[in-house]
Amino acid sequence: MQLEIPRKLKPLVEQAHLVAKEVFRPISRKYDRAEHEYPVELDMLASVMDGMNEGDAGGGAGAAQLKQERAAKGGGVRNGTNMSTVLGLTELCWGDVGLALTIPRQGLGNAAIAAVANDEQSQRFKGRWAAMAITEPGAGSDSANIRTTAVRDGDHYVINGEKIYITAGGRADIVVVWASLDPSLGRAAIKSFVVEKGTPGMQLVRLDHKLGIRASDTATITFTDCRVPKENLLGNPDIDTKQGFGGVMQTFDNTRPVVAAMALGVGRASLERTRELLRQRGILGGYERTLYGSTAAEAELYRMEAELEGARLLTLKAAWLADNGIPNSKEASMAKAKAGRVANHITLRCLQLCAASGVTETELLEKWARDSKILDIFEGTQQIQLLIIARRILGKSSAELR
Amino acid sequence: MSKNPMAASLAMLNRFSSSPLVHKLGLYKPAQAVAKAAVREGFRATSRVMRQFKAAQKLVRPERFHKVELKSDLFDLSLSEEQQMVRDMASRFAREVLRPNAARADEQCAPNADFAAQLGELGLGQLVVPEKLGGAASQASVVTGALLAEDLAYGDLGLAIAALAPIGVANALVRWGSAEQQSRFLPAFAEASPPPAAVAIAEPRPLFDPNELRTRATIDGDGFLIRGEKALVPLAESAELFLVGASLVGKGPRMFVVERGTQGVLVKPDPALGARAAGLSRVVLDDVRLPSHAILGDGVDVCDFSELIDLSRIGLCALAVGVGQAVLDYTIQYCNDRVAFGEPITHRQAVAFMIANIAIEVEAMRLLTWRAASRAEQGLSFHREAYLARVSCMEKGMEIGSNGVQLLGGAGFIKEHPVERWYRDLMTLSVMEGGVLV
Repeated sequence: MQLEIPRKLKPLVEQAHLVAKEVFRPISRKYDRAEHEYPVELDMLASVMDGMNEGDAGGGAGAAQLKQERAAKGGGVRNGTNMSTVLGLTELCWGDVGLALTIPRQGLGNAAIAAVANDEQSQRFKGRWAAMAITEPGAGSDSANIRTTAVRDGDHYVINGEKIYITAGGRADIVVVWASLDPSLGRAAIKSFVVEKGTPGMQLVRLDHKLGIRASDTATITFTDCRVPKENLLGNPDIDTKQGFGGVMQTFDNTRPVVAAMALGVGRASLERTRELLRQRGILGGYERTLYGSTAAEAELYRMEAELEGARLLTLKAAWLADNGIPNSKEASMAKAKAGRVANHITLRCLQLCAASGVTETELLEKWARDSKILDIFEGTQQIQLLIIARRILGKSSAELR
Repeated sequence: MSKNPMAASLAMLNRFSSSPLVHKLGLYKPAQAVAKAAVREGFRATSRVMRQFKAAQKLVRPERFHKVELKSDLFDLSLSEEQQMVRDMASRFAREVLRPNAARADEQCAPNADFAAQLGELGLGQLVVPEKLGGAASQASVVTGALLAEDLAYGDLGLAIAALAPIGVANALVRWGSAEQQSRFLPAFAEASPPPAAVAIAEPRPLFDPNELRTRATIDGDGFLIRGEKALVPLAESAELFLVGASLVGKGPRMFVVERGTQGVLVKPDPALGARAAGLSRVVLDDVRLPSHAILGDGVDVCDFSELIDLSRIGLCALAVGVGQAVLDYTIQYCNDRVAFGEPITHRQAVAFMIANIAIEVEAMRLLTWRAASRAEQGLSFHREAYLARVSCMEKGMEIGSNGVQLLGGAGFIKEHPVERWYRDLMTLSVMEGGVLV
């Protein structure tokens, strides 16, 4: 048993931290203010990251390569792509969550393609920046309820519907769209389609103004008789009511620990900065006194650190399971639930501890407190994660425990 | 403090009217005498040593375990074959022996009569005593110790502490004991019926901090004089050996080996909210005179007190994880079976989410504890990790205990179900220091 970060992944962590510190932090406030302005500084970074991703597992820090490994075949334990992605994104989001979300070619859509695309598709969409379009005005967490349709017409599918909250939807080259082949057949009929930017019938309607992660664009896109080649359907085109949601939902088991990792990054950023500021007030926090023998501020720091560390270990566990081909749906949700709420709590509590320094724009603390909220929402809200965990441990179906 | 005169006389009346002595003799003792009697009432001197600790063979150098060397430095949550074996054994023992005896032992504030024999079959001492001294251990496996504590506590906390308190003393002797201390005491711990023994750290006062012990040791001739009072000491009534934490004047905290029957060692049962089967007691050290070799370690290898506290906290955390897991498994089953408004109550999010949160927090507590344990056995620093695990287990342990009872509703409040015991156990664990040590 060993719960430390292995030596072989340390260079990656250091690189990602360097990017966060030297590239993200200096422009963090700039793009928080200049919402919707493209951070040109990231183009250079993206090329560097493409290079990192071309190396073998353990190379990249983005979400582009996530996949569930098959069970190790006698090769012993693995610390692979899931672990390295989690570690990399923690560091990047220590720098800036919004910027980390808008690194070209590291989008969620890329993760979906990596998870379910066949070889031909992987090859065809290689090097493209892919966004992910799931949510609709009438369907958020209940993604089985989406109304966007895809109807087969010869060699094409014709897509109709409206998608909202598409991260990098304005900037990505392609969008992975969830649509139903037959809404009367429920979740089994939901498939994902790759739609190229500029396809007739696809229209970028607006970019939203947000509480946080303002460096990352969030788009609304409509599809009106939008024709995509049938080869752009990811995964199995048949409607298999037994297999159900498996195909498309599989992506989430891989991406939830990554969002948890993002939360860890911003939570740690807040905690570290708060500790620095409190040190100037003589609050050292050396783990010397018992919790109740410490000052209230110190005890608060200890509690937050313990929470963050617990969330970090849950996240590493979920990634470790995925790397070793062990089903991790429950653990992925545990990591996401804990990290999401803990990070949000920490960024808020740190504001209170730092008082005026916390809430004014001279520090980044107020920005982190705005950024962190989304991490307890997207990729499945806190409540959805609890539902998933509860159903698993209680042995309940989604019809029983709704 | 100014007290309302009416309240004061009522309180006095109450105290006196409930005293059988007052009724019998119709006496009114002077307040001073009553107070003095109350202080000493119930404390008994420990009887003479029943077992003669003696060295079968004398070690020249103390036996020390090497740190655990892992084959790879990868993040890995899988258990070694040995760890899995210990888990399987401990889990079976917890299910078959500890859980069925738990309610009774809790009530009696002592393990069941055949507990020592049952425990003997387990041979826990073999796991920690070095081969040279009659045991089977070849390395100090803090992780194995933590897993053992977790799995035993799943059965029952009080009995788990009763089983593990002597192991804690043995662990400390292996880690810091001098050659003489090891030769003298350790072989007994490898036997089928190891001596009851306990690490005594906690003291009876609010805001207790192990770094500020009030139990004092002073140098007295060529030995030590110890004075103070310890609380929450497991097995104290029968203990043949104590490891007592005391502040050595001018030096700082040290541990002292105190044998049963030493003049001035007084013991009084002091049952707590939980962990009652462990026979928690007060131990008074009334100017106890100890020889110079009673200080744990020797000139070279003096016991690292901070490390001792951390290893003890890892043990307490592991116990909390075990009890937390027991709450989780029990509430899952009960709430799935419990029907209200025409369906199992787990079909309601208000119930289901509470259980999901217990699952999350138990797992986080477990991983925090495992990490501290794993770092400790590899010789890495682990003070911060043990501290954070402790904070988490204190805070979440309390919450889990409370929610366990809440989830069962009225049924949680009555003794037909074990959750009220786990409520008491988790709360007690959250204030313990010492008692166990991995």
